[in-house]
Amino acid sequence: MLGQLGESAKFLAGGQSLIPLLKLRFANPEHLVDLNFIPGTSFIKEDSGALHFGAMTRHAEIEHSALARKIPVLHDCAAGIADVQTRNMGTIGGSLAEADPSGDWANALMTLDTVVHCLGSSGARTIPLSDFIQDAYTSALAHEELVTEVEVKIPPKGSGGAYLAFKRCAPVYPTASAAVQLAMAGDVCQDAAIALGCVGLTAIRATEAETALRGKVLNDKTIATAAEAARAAADPQPDMRGSAEYKRELVVALVKRAVHIATRRARGEQIEGSHLYA
Amino acid sequence: MPEAATVETVAVNVTINVNRKPYSRQIEPRMLLVEFLREACDLTGTHVGCDTTYCGACTVLMNGMTVKSCTVFAVQADGSEITTVEGLEKDGKLHPIQQAFSDSYGLQCGFCTPGLMLSTHQLLAQHPEPTEKEIRKAIAGNTCRCTGYMNIFKAIRQAGRNLKGA
Repeated sequence: MLGQLGESAKFLAGGQSLIPLLKLRFANPEHLVDLNFIPGTSFIKEDSGALHFGAMTRHAEIEHSALARKIPVLHDCAAGIADVQTRNMGTIGGSLAEADPSGDWANALMTLDTVVHCLGSSGARTIPLSDFIQDAYTSALAHEELVTEVEVKIPPKGSGGAYLAFKRCAPVYPTASAAVQLAMAGDVCQDAAIALGCVGLTAIRATEAETALRGKVLNDKTIATAAEAARAAADPQPDMRGSAEYKRELVVALVKRAVHIATRRARGEQIEGSHLYA
Repeated sequence: MPEAATVETVAVNVTINVNRKPYSRQIEPRMLLVEFLREACDLTGTHVGCDTTYCGACTVLMNGMTVKSCTVFAVQADGSEITTVEGLEKDGKLHPIQQAFSDSYGLQCGFCTPGLMLSTHQLLAQHPEPTEKEIRKAIAGNTCRCTGYMNIFKAIRQAGRNLKGA
């Protein structure tokens, strides 16, 4: 259908990113195709070691899902996106398809084994998240293609994760955010994934920070080394939310806190990791 | 900036149930829900504050859940149940939430109040006796520039008690 409507037609999911962009005239589609009335596109289910989210699943549904709590990063992310009203409308598929550099989902999901299922006029395909997000506001989706499902592998036992964002207040995008996913064996970190949000054109994997943790006993010193590596990986732009320097400083603090929460969760502790407000 | 698209817009028919009453209107597809409520239905209790998905003055219930009506197209609400502040009172009597905001001085200028009362409505439906943390989280998307929020917290707790007694 999008093909018939021409180049400038766009899909409309929850609209919580797109409608503000339309008001700013940053997007100017001649037609919008509303996906909200298509049945069967909103679901959360567990199947073969992975959680599957329908593209039109609202952030609020994920926030209140007991199943999604199996991966704490997902609950942290869903429960912290903007405010109640936005979470009631906004969808996980729409958030990824919009590829907003400040969007929460792309950052949180980047620390997990995530694939995006897509469907277009030339058939279905599955794209790893790291290939799906290409640039600011640019995903791998072809013009007539849409997201149908987001699939996230459940991390093995002994894993823990956390997603933390620093925000001026609830409705605004974060100033900076950090997602951390660890696989622990006792005090030793077996594997680590660290992603940074709002400090680059897309979410950034801080690979040197991950290396700094892998195979190490996690203590204040090793965690500080990793956080410093994350500072170097961040590539923030100064704007009304803060200077580049300030955002790098935030990254250091967020990574440290997220690692601490992730470590405790890996030990099986149930702790809330909530966003920080100025 | 891209050239403004010159497309002939086709009016579409929608029927939206607002406060348990169906409103059938022919509208432009680009019309926002808040414009539909204020301009097509003449229900001006829902306010437009920032028009940027920030302030929450335009909060209404859509099928029982709060949304910012400045960030929903009216066509997206076709067939749904909308509750605005006008739908709270019953038989000329204030809703227990309205009574609580009045009794606890949970407002000053009143601009944010319709949105805050609808956010309270969803909160109390999910948490009849909310903790302070739950209240803070529930109204994080509603900006008040007068009260400093303390009396709003009082009003919400009072509203919970009013509803329990009702």
